[in-house]
Amino acid sequence: MNEDAKNWQPTANIDTLKRRAQYLSDVRHFFAERDVWEVETPILSRAAPTAPYLDSFSTDYVPIGAQSKQTHYLQTSPEFAMKRLLAAGSGSIFQIARVFRNGEQGKYHSPEFTMLEWYRPELTLNQLMDEVNILLQQVFVFKPISRLSYRGLFEFYFKLNVFSCSDDTIKHCSLERIKGLPADFETDRDGWLELLMSHVVEPRLAAMKFPVFIYDFPASQAQLAKVKKDESGNDVAERFELYIDGVEIANGYNELLDVDELRRRFNNDNQQRRSQGKPEMPIDQHLLAAMQHGLPPCSGVALGLDRLMMLAINKSSIQKVLSFDYERA
Amino acid sequence: MANFSTNEFKSGLKFILDGDPCSIIENELVKPGKGQAFNRVKYRNLKTGRVNERTFKSGDSVEGADVMEVELEYSYTDGEFWYFMDPNTFEQHAADENAIEDCKKWLKEQYLYTVTLWNGTPLLVTAPNFVNLAVIDTDPGLKGDTAGTGGKPATLETGAVVRVPLFMNIGDVLRIDTRSGEYVERAKD
Repeated sequence: MNEDAKNWQPTANIDTLKRRAQYLSDVRHFFAERDVWEVETPILSRAAPTAPYLDSFSTDYVPIGAQSKQTHYLQTSPEFAMKRLLAAGSGSIFQIARVFRNGEQGKYHSPEFTMLEWYRPELTLNQLMDEVNILLQQVFVFKPISRLSYRGLFEFYFKLNVFSCSDDTIKHCSLERIKGLPADFETDRDGWLELLMSHVVEPRLAAMKFPVFIYDFPASQAQLAKVKKDESGNDVAERFELYIDGVEIANGYNELLDVDELRRRFNNDNQQRRSQGKPEMPIDQHLLAAMQHGLPPCSGVALGLDRLMMLAINKSSIQKVLSFDYERA
Repeated sequence: MANFSTNEFKSGLKFILDGDPCSIIENELVKPGKGQAFNRVKYRNLKTGRVNERTFKSGDSVEGADVMEVELEYSYTDGEFWYFMDPNTFEQHAADENAIEDCKKWLKEQYLYTVTLWNGTPLLVTAPNFVNLAVIDTDPGLKGDTAGTGGKPATLETGAVVRVPLFMNIGDVLRIDTRSGEYVERAKD
C-alpha cells in the first residue's frame, strides 16, 4: 500500500477530536460569561509581521481576467486586525484563529495551528495573568500557575544578572551549561538567552509539575509590549510567557500604545531582516493608522490551543490533537 | 556524499560529525514563538556507540556518511583482524578489535552477522539474537537433575562462559541469547 492510501485516516483519534470540540465550546462559554465577545478577522492581509524570525506564507490574489497580481500574506496571528478593532472601540474581544507560520514543523510545531487570542482593555497585565490562570484551571483542569521573573530565573539557575552582564558572560555560560554546543557556535545575545531557556530552563520547568508564568523580559525581547523600568532600574518588557511541562504555551503583553515606537520596532526588524538576507515585510499601515487614532490601554495574550490541549489530555505531540497534521493535509 | 540540511534531519540519517560517522536518533525543532530556530539532535556515534547531543542552527548542514548494514559470514581471525565474507560476492571485509568487541565471544565460523560498513570498512559487528554453541568444558552432568535449579558454569566453543543447568555435558549444543548472554535451551538438531 502506498503512503497516501494509508494516510487518509485522521492523525488524532475520534475521541480526541470530540474532546477538542468540547474544549472549544467551553472556551467560548468562558468568554461569553465575561462579556468578551468573539470576533473574526481576515486570514489574508497585504501586510505581514516584520519579526525577523517569523516567516509568513504568501499567496497571490489575481482578479479574474487581470494580468496583475497582489501578494497577500497568511496571518501568523490575528494581532494586528484585532488591535484595529480595539482602536475602533470594540472593547474586550477574543478570537479562535487558524494561524500560519512557514517552515515550522516538529513535535510542538505545525505550519498551521489554532491560536486563542484575547484583549482586555480594562485589565492590567497582572489581572490578565489571573484570568489565564482561571481559564486553565476551570476549562483545562491544570494546577494553579506560579509566577517567576525572567531575572529571578536566570539568577537562580545561572547566577547571572541577565540585565547587567556582558554578552561574553552569557555566551560562556551557554557553552558551559549546554551540552552539544560546539565551541565555535555563534549567535547574538538574545540567541544565547533563548538557548539557555530552551536547553536548560525548560527541562527544569518541566520537572516542576505545575504551570509557570515568566514575566518581565529583557527589553530586547519586547516584541509588541511596553517597556518599563523594574525596581532595580532595568528596562524590562511588560510581557509574560506561560510554560506548562516546559512547553511554551502563551505570550502576553501590556500592549505598546506608542505609534512612533511601533514604527521604529518595525523598521528595526526589517533592517535586521535585510542584514540576514531575508525579504523585508510590508509594514501594516492600517495598524499604524489605528494606533495613531489611539489604541486603548490594554493587555492581550496569544495562546497555542493545540499545545494546551495536547498537555491537557496527555498526548506527546500536537499532531495527536489535530484532525489531519501537516503530513496528511 | 551529499550534504543534508537541518530540514532533512530525521531519525536514521547517517552523517559525519567531528570526523566520526553518526546516526540521528531524534531530531527536535526548538523555536520560541518569535525567537531563532535551532535543531536539537540526539545521535549515536557509530564508531564509539555512544549517544550524544548536538544543537544546530536551523539551516546548517552536515555531510552525509556512507554507512550501510550488511549480512556477512564470519570466516576466521588472524589475531589482529576478524574476516567476514559476503556470501553472495565472496568479498572479504576485515574488522578490527573495536568493531567486534561487543560480539567477540559469540563469533562462530559460517554464522551470519550484521556488519555496519562505513566507506566499506566494518565499524560494528552485531551478533544475531540467538546462536547455537557447543559446550567444550563443564563439570560432569548430574543425572536426574532436570529442574535446572542453581546451574553451573560452562565454557562454550567461542570461549564464552554461561550458566547452564546441572544436567548439561561437554559436547551438548546450546541455544544462547546473545543480548542477555543467557542460556535458553538445548539446541534441537
